[in-house]
Amino acid sequence: MTKQYDAIVIGGGHNGLVCAAYLGKAGKKVLLLEAADEVGGMARTREFCEGYRVSAGAHILHSLSAQVVKELALLDHGLDRSGHCLETVILDEQGAHVTAGRDSASGEGLSPEEIEAYASFKKKLRSYAELMQPMMRRRPPRVAALGFRDSVALAKLGWNMRFGLGTEEMRDFLRLAGINIYDVLDEFLGEGPASDKLKGMISLDAVMGSFTGPRSPNTVFTYLCRLMGELEGDMQLPVGGMGAVMQALANAAQAHGVEVRTAAPVSSIRTEKGCVVGVRLASGDDIDADIVVSNADPKTTFLKLLGAPKLEAGFANRVSRIRNRGTAAKLHFALRGLPKFTGLEEGQLRNRLLVASSSDFVELAFNPVKYEEVSDSPAIELVIPSLADPSLAPEGHHVMSIALPHVPYALKGGWDAEARKAFIDSVIASVERFAPGFTELVVDSELLTPADIEAQFGATGGHWHHGELALDQMLMLRPLYGAAQYTTPLDGLFLCGAGCHPGGGVSGLPGHNAAAAVLKNKKKGRAEAVA
Amino acid sequence: MGKQHYDALVIGAGHNGLTNAAFLAKSGLKVLVVEKNPYIGGASVSRELYENWTYSNCSYVCSLFRPEIYRELNLAKHGLQVTPFGGSVTFTRDGNFLGSYPDPEVMYREVARFSKRDANALERYHADTAKWCRLIRPFLMRTPPDPTSFRPKDWRELAFLLKKFHGLGEEQIYEFMRFFTLSVAEFLGDYFESDLVKAHFSGSGIIGTGLGPFSPGTAYVLLHHYMGDVDGNIGTWGIARGGMGAIAKALAGSLREFGGEILTGDGVERILVKDGRVTGVALESGAEISADNVVSNVDAKRTFLKLMDEKDLPAQVIDKARNFKIRGSSGKLNIALDGLPTFTGLSKDNPLYKGDFHFSDSLERIERAYDDWKAGMWSRDPYLDMLIPTLTDPTMAPPGKHMMSVFVQYCPAKLADGDWTDDKVRAFGDTVIDQMAEYSPDLKDLILHAEVRTPREIEAEVGLTEGNIFQGELTLDQLLFNRPFPGYAQYRGPVKGMYMCGSSTHPGGGVMAAPGANAAREMLADLKRDNTVPEDFGDD
Repeated sequence: MTKQYDAIVIGGGHNGLVCAAYLGKAGKKVLLLEAADEVGGMARTREFCEGYRVSAGAHILHSLSAQVVKELALLDHGLDRSGHCLETVILDEQGAHVTAGRDSASGEGLSPEEIEAYASFKKKLRSYAELMQPMMRRRPPRVAALGFRDSVALAKLGWNMRFGLGTEEMRDFLRLAGINIYDVLDEFLGEGPASDKLKGMISLDAVMGSFTGPRSPNTVFTYLCRLMGELEGDMQLPVGGMGAVMQALANAAQAHGVEVRTAAPVSSIRTEKGCVVGVRLASGDDIDADIVVSNADPKTTFLKLLGAPKLEAGFANRVSRIRNRGTAAKLHFALRGLPKFTGLEEGQLRNRLLVASSSDFVELAFNPVKYEEVSDSPAIELVIPSLADPSLAPEGHHVMSIALPHVPYALKGGWDAEARKAFIDSVIASVERFAPGFTELVVDSELLTPADIEAQFGATGGHWHHGELALDQMLMLRPLYGAAQYTTPLDGLFLCGAGCHPGGGVSGLPGHNAAAAVLKNKKKGRAEAVA
Repeated sequence: MGKQHYDALVIGAGHNGLTNAAFLAKSGLKVLVVEKNPYIGGASVSRELYENWTYSNCSYVCSLFRPEIYRELNLAKHGLQVTPFGGSVTFTRDGNFLGSYPDPEVMYREVARFSKRDANALERYHADTAKWCRLIRPFLMRTPPDPTSFRPKDWRELAFLLKKFHGLGEEQIYEFMRFFTLSVAEFLGDYFESDLVKAHFSGSGIIGTGLGPFSPGTAYVLLHHYMGDVDGNIGTWGIARGGMGAIAKALAGSLREFGGEILTGDGVERILVKDGRVTGVALESGAEISADNVVSNVDAKRTFLKLMDEKDLPAQVIDKARNFKIRGSSGKLNIALDGLPTFTGLSKDNPLYKGDFHFSDSLERIERAYDDWKAGMWSRDPYLDMLIPTLTDPTMAPPGKHMMSVFVQYCPAKLADGDWTDDKVRAFGDTVIDQMAEYSPDLKDLILHAEVRTPREIEAEVGLTEGNIFQGELTLDQLLFNRPFPGYAQYRGPVKGMYMCGSSTHPGGGVMAAPGANAAREMLADLKRDNTVPEDFGDD
């Protein structure tokens, strides 16, 4: 009997869509199952109060792999990359803002030396990101069982490190990779309020989405991950929000014959004798396929959809050890008008605005989250997507999308209505300091704490990246030993989410790499096991 | 003093300098150790600061000291005796305590008072930490390879490293890789659920470091502290009989036996360089001593930024020295006591009294102590490692009297509100004593004399930059071939004939003596002399 589908992809987040599209392109008959009413996962654009729409999780397009864009012809399927490229404005209460681009910086009090220092710092770190990038586009090697291709890839990395960077730079790379961003910024950038703002920006970029402050070791590494995203293109606010990007991915997948079924939550992955045979939907229906690719986070995949009893105990234990305490939250505001920021022209509001005046500021803002508390002076990344796409809000009105790096999953005393209101008010007060009159503009708001993100998008711990981006959870350790090459201990079960190498951000690379692993996979003795 | 010439001159008579000198002298070289203080020992020193009390006023316990060196330099003969001391106690705010007992059965019951699950995890925890320590230990007495080099020696060493790791097997390699960025809180969380138990074991992850228990990388610091052994028992801590100064005394005895000399009371002002080669040193007294080789036991920052002339060094070395992370994060109180203080809930005949005492019963308290430090304050509720060494070694105080050593984490070298002043030092000391007095009603009445040492005092006396006990942070960027900085991790300085042998070099701080020995081995190789330095003999 032939089955209706070759492969089922669970979850229509961007990686699920990318993986399905690649599998479809390779001629597989693929069914993509999405629990929600539309695809896009955390990157979908939805209405959060009547008449106002905003991208739920990711709100800036910046790290989407250029390779994926090209291979899936996303530009033909509706991806619009023609919009305004964002710069970053680090806000100042008095209006002495600093504006930073990829390698350029300007602002009051910034000396030519400081601008030069910023440019050369970015250049240096970007060269490290370039060095690491090829490793991100392929499956991670297994250290103790190197295949030929793995050995070649590692040898290439070693060669590029030794001869591409040169002795001194290689030494510096090995020194910096494990260190904290705080010290590195002190080494390379100057002191003074303007330089401090650049440091604040880089600190915030380094810690966004992980349980760290700029003084925490490992944050240079997370910053390098961020820079790898920058290599793929500049930041943009897409027309139609990130949801439009997701739609382009869905279009590409469907063009390759992928059947997309929404509102179809999967309740379990069915197995027989250690092999995957299909999935069961929450509706009770069974769908058969020899290959199931899960875009869900590893804990959901292994512990909920599959169940620990189907796994070796050691493996199950490692799954439960994955660190995925979410600390990043989203806050959306519906505004009855465009806020006025002291010292900013209206045109500059199309950029990314940060409240992160120094690395110390970001570090202090991180402190409370360690104790399950919130800071009354949080670090903030905000954009006004309705400036790029007026259709997101009623005429003359606007939406503001805020990402907050340091909000606890569980709050001491609980995230009750009172605590939520107090927190929202404190963020409003923070913005008000830079944009007098802001409070009056707020029509409505929506707070997505990590716990809300977990509830709405299914990511365990509410972690944006499906698991901390740390050296001990990267490459052959992501998400864990035994499932780091997109394969799992169960024959036919694959992972394709951000919990896999190379990690989070809307890059599409985990989906791309996973598809390659699925297509390469030989069915080891499956025929005998499952007749 | 007339014009004298030495084969090698060592700057600083700390334990590493003396170890280095002893091995060089043993191979027949003419060696001189120069020490600025009128006494030797550096930070492993014991002095009489209050009538009839011996203070080990810096380092206070020993366990990391390499047994190979102890045997090879005949330190037993020169009077060094290390006594293991009792367990460790963490007091809780509600009048209870958790103690570490040497007997596993007793320890099980003790932990089970707080969590049965944690008691069950103890064996696994100890076995695992011992396993990782055994893995790291063989690297202590070896010179780190340079990963950018193509010399056969470096490749051989890299191959040795890889082989050791490969020998672990794939799963264990991955388990070990977690230590790169694991925090001590997460590491302990793999085993224990009780916050008290975690706090009890977490101290080793932060002592001497500018990091908190939640910071990535602190799990490695914990291993660094666990690597030590007394008589082959990994993780056991000991006290040198007669105080930590006994270590320096024994090393000096050994050095003199091999014909080495020590000059005290005159510091080195500058390392002299001519035509890219070391020629000797100029002393603070104005005298010059010529030497073919100069070894600095001083930390890397001080060595390159203070003892050497900028024009003698490549510019990048100066940058590297400036960027080398040395952070003052600890202070110390040494207290002479009129009698043994009472600690509520713990009977005085409990063997735990001989151990170290802690008063932070949750990870959050320790992390908050770190937050204060980050903000440029001393911890308002510090993490203390307190020990009464006179219970193990009564010779350090008059009969019936006691000596208390209190290590304080965290205490910044620079305060946010200006420089340290005597008043601030006093206030810092009071913070520490107040915390202990919460648990000990009679402590304040028993204090005869208290010496309070912040990074300012430690730096002024011992010369450690910012008073950092490890001569540099033990973070990934400053370990192995990155210690003290990339390209100079093999004990050789940037100038011919110049070497480094302090804790700024691999494998780092703690009274381990391995940096001194490793530097001697490299020097002897350069001088084409027979090696007198032992390899790790691996006693498992």
